[in-house]
Amino acid sequence: MGSQTSALKDHFRAGGELGINHIKLGMWFFIASEVMFFGGLIATFLNFKINSPTLEGELLDVTLVGINTFILLGSSFAVVLGLDAIRQDKPRQLAFYLGITIVLGVIFLSGQVFEFRSLAAEGLTLTSSVFGSSFFTMTSFHGLHVLIGVLWASRNFIKTLRGGYSSSTSIGIELFGIYWHFVDIVWIILFTVIYLI
Amino acid sequence: MTNEEIMTAPIRWRRYFKWNTDHKVIGVQYLVTTFIFFLIGGVLAMMMRAELAQPGKDILDGAQYNAVMTNHGSVMIFLWIIPVFAGFANYFIPLMIGAEDMAFPNLNAASYFTFLLGGLVMMGSFFLGGANTGWTAYVPLSIIAPDGQTIWAVSLILVGTSSLMGAINFMTTIVTMRAPGMTFWRLPLFVWGMIATSLLVLLATPVLTTGLILVILDRVAGTVFFDANAGGDPILYQNIFWFYSHPAVYIMILPGMGIISEIFPVFSRKSIFGYRMIALSSLAISVLGLTVWAHHMFTSGLNPGMRVPFMITSMIIAVPTGVKMFSWLATIWDGKISFTTPMIFALGFISLFVIGGITGIFLAAIPFNIHVHDTYFIVAHLHFVLFGGSVSAIYAGVYYWFPKITGRMYNETLGKIHFGMNFVGTLLTYLPMFLAGMLGMPRRVADYAPEFTELNLLATLGGILLAFSTIPFLYNVIVSLAKGELAGSNPWRGLTLEWQTSSPPPEHNFESSPLVTSGPYDYGSAEGAQELLELAPAAGD
Ligand SMILES: [Cu+2]
Repeated sequence: MGSQTSALKDHFRAGGELGINHIKLGMWFFIASEVMFFGGLIATFLNFKINSPTLEGELLDVTLVGINTFILLGSSFAVVLGLDAIRQDKPRQLAFYLGITIVLGVIFLSGQVFEFRSLAAEGLTLTSSVFGSSFFTMTSFHGLHVLIGVLWASRNFIKTLRGGYSSSTSIGIELFGIYWHFVDIVWIILFTVIYLI
Repeated sequence: MTNEEIMTAPIRWRRYFKWNTDHKVIGVQYLVTTFIFFLIGGVLAMMMRAELAQPGKDILDGAQYNAVMTNHGSVMIFLWIIPVFAGFANYFIPLMIGAEDMAFPNLNAASYFTFLLGGLVMMGSFFLGGANTGWTAYVPLSIIAPDGQTIWAVSLILVGTSSLMGAINFMTTIVTMRAPGMTFWRLPLFVWGMIATSLLVLLATPVLTTGLILVILDRVAGTVFFDANAGGDPILYQNIFWFYSHPAVYIMILPGMGIISEIFPVFSRKSIFGYRMIALSSLAISVLGLTVWAHHMFTSGLNPGMRVPFMITSMIIAVPTGVKMFSWLATIWDGKISFTTPMIFALGFISLFVIGGITGIFLAAIPFNIHVHDTYFIVAHLHFVLFGGSVSAIYAGVYYWFPKITGRMYNETLGKIHFGMNFVGTLLTYLPMFLAGMLGMPRRVADYAPEFTELNLLATLGGILLAFSTIPFLYNVIVSLAKGELAGSNPWRGLTLEWQTSSPPPEHNFESSPLVTSGPYDYGSAEGAQELLELAPAAGD
């Protein structure tokens, strides 16, 4: 029995030697698949943008969405500061920064809902044209990822308040950070593809 | 517990019907469930062969035939070949790399149950009018098909997600959980095959999910992605679909090639020829496999200039495949071959897969491709790859590892009868289809011109032989499970780690953590032979 428990301790031996945490590695593989998922959606949007250009893009409000982009960037920055804080064993600071992340995430989502409504009022909807279909599908799937991120951040926020994280047990925050930065980067690409070019 | 005690202990059946995180239990869950789906897919195939035995509409009307044909393809691809390799990988990756379990045991169980749910949903879709577009589900046909098509698409998303969870788990396990001394260049080639496969699953499967979501949105939410009247683009669907589905061919064959690479050295008592080349050629196939998809669209109205690069990349894939073929032949060359059932299935794999592979090069050539487009030539080609190739490799793997999984030997005579029926049945079923296709018989139709009658009758007879070939197999499995001779830990005297523990392995796989000092197929080298003497008692030789 003794040898078995010691064997279990060395379970991730090769990963340990390589300095790779298995949970983080798994997360990166998941992110790779997410990149391809959004890649499919972006390719679809670009296919229509290039092959059947329309003027519907003019309806989009670049200023509003530009502000929203900075809000999401800010939330990513907050996660970085939060991770830094917990690495120095400052859970209250972590809770503060997670709180900011959640608030900024919610503002971003509200901005998106506002944008969708005003576009619908001008006649651009999911079913109005290929532009509408691909625009709303792509941005909604991103919004869904933001929503999941907000829920995940809220769970981590509560766990932080209950003393669930410390400098040695910060992997949960790191994982959330990887996810949240990814969602942020996807948005920057979407913003460029939809609003800038 | 000693080996004897493990082997005489009653099989604990209940754990196979529950949420269990032991990779060996999940492996068996996958293997058994997928085989049941294989039988279901086989029944659907026999319904088609019965309809096609004679010209005219005999048993199924056109709509029913289309639904049967669609579900035959999707069951065989998504519920049998792709996930059965997840079964092998689950059972053997941790054993082969000297780990106690997978990196994420709960994710592993979740992936099995997601697969099971997806399979049941696909079965359910049959009763809602059944998807009837072929497994390719081309638009606009798949937009106007009955409700079953939506449920079918949902089931594919579930099954795809399950295989994604598996790929994440396999990759993480292989990178982080290898035993001391198990370097990347000492990994068994089945593990290398699963690395190449998992990378493809990670990169290609999400794109299929995207495509299926767009189809579902067009069907239920009123989007116009593929509605040509509203500016939608049906060709876009084909691009998305084949971006996944050509790599899916490699997802279905690379693990099989890995199994073959395990079997040849063991039953030739020789080190494998070109170990690194075989491992690297799998990775090369994965990378190249992502660049060839439009060879399925030569008649879809692509820009003719765009077709040539896809022709060239498709033909280049023959190079890494050829590297494997010749390495295997060089492995058995001058070996001390024992013709056990896994070995003859592996030899059968080579001869059948080479037919599928070479006709694949024919099909990559644009002029020939256009000539046989959508004929039975395509059906024959893909079945030589997937049935002659993948299924032979699966059977080879089942016989090879049966003693390890169950602790008992199978019956050699029955195994050889199974091989004979399967091999002759494969040739008899699919060779006539090449001819019918060259003569212009279109595929995916319930009826045909009378001049194709003989060829179709031959194919149906072959199909019947294939159907009956599962009887000696199942009988063998059931009888051997109950009263087969005890296998001992290493009946084949394999050098890979799964043979260096009891059969079946204990809960944490190894009594003590293994230390690896030589390559997986080092027959003849001092180190390899030494290890064999110390760890593997002679048995069944
Ligand atoms: Cu292909």
